Amino acid sequence: MALRLFARSQAAPAPRMPAASRWVPRDLGAGLGLLLLGAVCVLALLASTFAPMDPEGQDILNRLAAPLSRSAGHIYWLGTDQLGRDILSRVIYGARVSLFVGATAVVLSSVFGTLVGIFSGYYGRLWDDLLMRITDVQLAFPSILLSLAIVAVLGAGVRNLIVVLAVSGWVGYARVARSRVLGIRQRDFVEAVRALGASHRRILWRHILPNVLPSTLTIASFSLGGMITAEAALTFLGLGIPATLPSWGGMLTDGAQYMSVAWWLATFPGLAIMLTVLATNLVGDWLRDVLDPRLGTS
Amino acid sequence: MQRYIARRLVQAIFVFLGISIFVFVLTHVIGDPVVLLVPFQATPAQITAMRHALGLDQPMWVQYAVFVRGALRGDLGVSVRQDVPALALVLQRVPATAELALAAMVLAVAFAVPLGVLAALHRRSLIDRAALVFSILGQSMPTFWLGLIAILVFGVTLRWLPTGGIGGLPHLILPALVLGVFSSAGITRLTRASVLEVVQEDYLRTARAKGLRETVVIGRHALRNASLPIVTWIGLELGTLLGGAAVAETVFSWPGMGRLAVQAIFARDFPVVQATVLFAATIFVLATLLTDLLYAWLDPRIRYG
Repeated sequence: MALRLFARSQAAPAPRMPAASRWVPRDLGAGLGLLLLGAVCVLALLASTFAPMDPEGQDILNRLAAPLSRSAGHIYWLGTDQLGRDILSRVIYGARVSLFVGATAVVLSSVFGTLVGIFSGYYGRLWDDLLMRITDVQLAFPSILLSLAIVAVLGAGVRNLIVVLAVSGWVGYARVARSRVLGIRQRDFVEAVRALGASHRRILWRHILPNVLPSTLTIASFSLGGMITAEAALTFLGLGIPATLPSWGGMLTDGAQYMSVAWWLATFPGLAIMLTVLATNLVGDWLRDVLDPRLGTS
Repeated sequence: MQRYIARRLVQAIFVFLGISIFVFVLTHVIGDPVVLLVPFQATPAQITAMRHALGLDQPMWVQYAVFVRGALRGDLGVSVRQDVPALALVLQRVPATAELALAAMVLAVAFAVPLGVLAALHRRSLIDRAALVFSILGQSMPTFWLGLIAILVFGVTLRWLPTGGIGGLPHLILPALVLGVFSSAGITRLTRASVLEVVQEDYLRTARAKGLRETVVIGRHALRNASLPIVTWIGLELGTLLGGAAVAETVFSWPGMGRLAVQAIFARDFPVVQATVLFAATIFVLATLLTDLLYAWLDPRIRYG
């Protein structure tokens, strides 16, 4: 009984959720980031509602039309590409592809990386040494080159792209989760619940995981932007999303070829990437301040 | 210090071992080199003969031993397309990549360190806010897009600078600036944070109380202590850039290692891909090792800790 009381008297096993007031973004950046990210998500989800035209519909007579051109009763707000497709509609549909690939890769890499980190930190010893050396090895490869090499072996395509991005992203989660677990493992409340006879699974699930999750969420927000950029870069190099799908990276590839005659082809998809990455960075900053100030402030 | 160096060297050897296993698994287990070498219409007999000729019918551990022995001698296979040693092709590209990486890093440090220091010393001022906006925007802009816009503005529209290729200072300016922007965004942020941390310290108050001039207080005392994380960051960043900036090099048709890797992937020239990846990883490990040793030399707490 005394032990039970002791365990209860120790620091709360799971971090309490920050007070509601802390969730209200105080600076302009956080508000702007949330607004932007929200807008991109809504556009992606409701692309068919918001896109003024069919992203694949070709209007050859109006190819490479400049922004704000008018034709047959409609306006090409952001111009058309080399096949006369509406750039605005393609940018909106491109958000769907970019967010889907980026978010799936983030979920896969964060779940895998966090589990590996928790496992490594909790069980320690040989596992820890082995897993941490594996992260050392992976960190030694420049990530874009590693992704290129893996895509070259596996072949291009959406599924392989997600796998490659997830593989290149899990290390950060594993490292941070491990260091959090090392800090928590020796704390009195963990010793106490262990003495009470709690199983490893219960300790990991109920006491360790909730303490690691804030860091995971914060890194996930930052890395979503990185994933979207990496996906666009691989697609730009011709090793990512197939040309049959409207994607921001693919639009940049087309744009690069028509740079000298039609600046709008590359400018708008690039702006879309930049604003989305900016939003994820701002939201990441805000999440870090609210959930996990230990990750460092700058 | 010697024990620290020894421990770090042993660690580096393990990382090299891991890198060799990873590259081997990627090229020999996941991907089949024979499929990439023989023509599409090759018969099964031809494929078997090729497999035997390359020693790929041997047990995996024998193949790995042969691979490592070759790698240690600098033999990373022969380019399938150009019929020259793959490592020689990579080494040819090193000067171009090194030139670009160093130029980008010099620009980034020359711009970002003073900006970060000024932002920290004048907290919440206009320059601090400008530095914040620059660092956030710089980290959000994809390098290849910034490269395209730079080509459009300075190469195509204004015609001030060449749009690609190598050949003297004018060709270097745009790619180095574009790569430098991304690096300097991170360095600005880190410098600001590091300087902010040390300006609160007691020893600076002591230095000021002794009557030292502000420039000496900041230059000799604050910056010296704030420089440790910045040096580490620059080392890692340089290691990454030296591995070849594949995308930026492609945008600017810069004949470096990154572009070689991309070209080799499209040509399905696996020995060259393998050699580039191995070389880039080796450079990165050496750069981190050097950075750590430099850090230990700068910070006695690590040397004796």
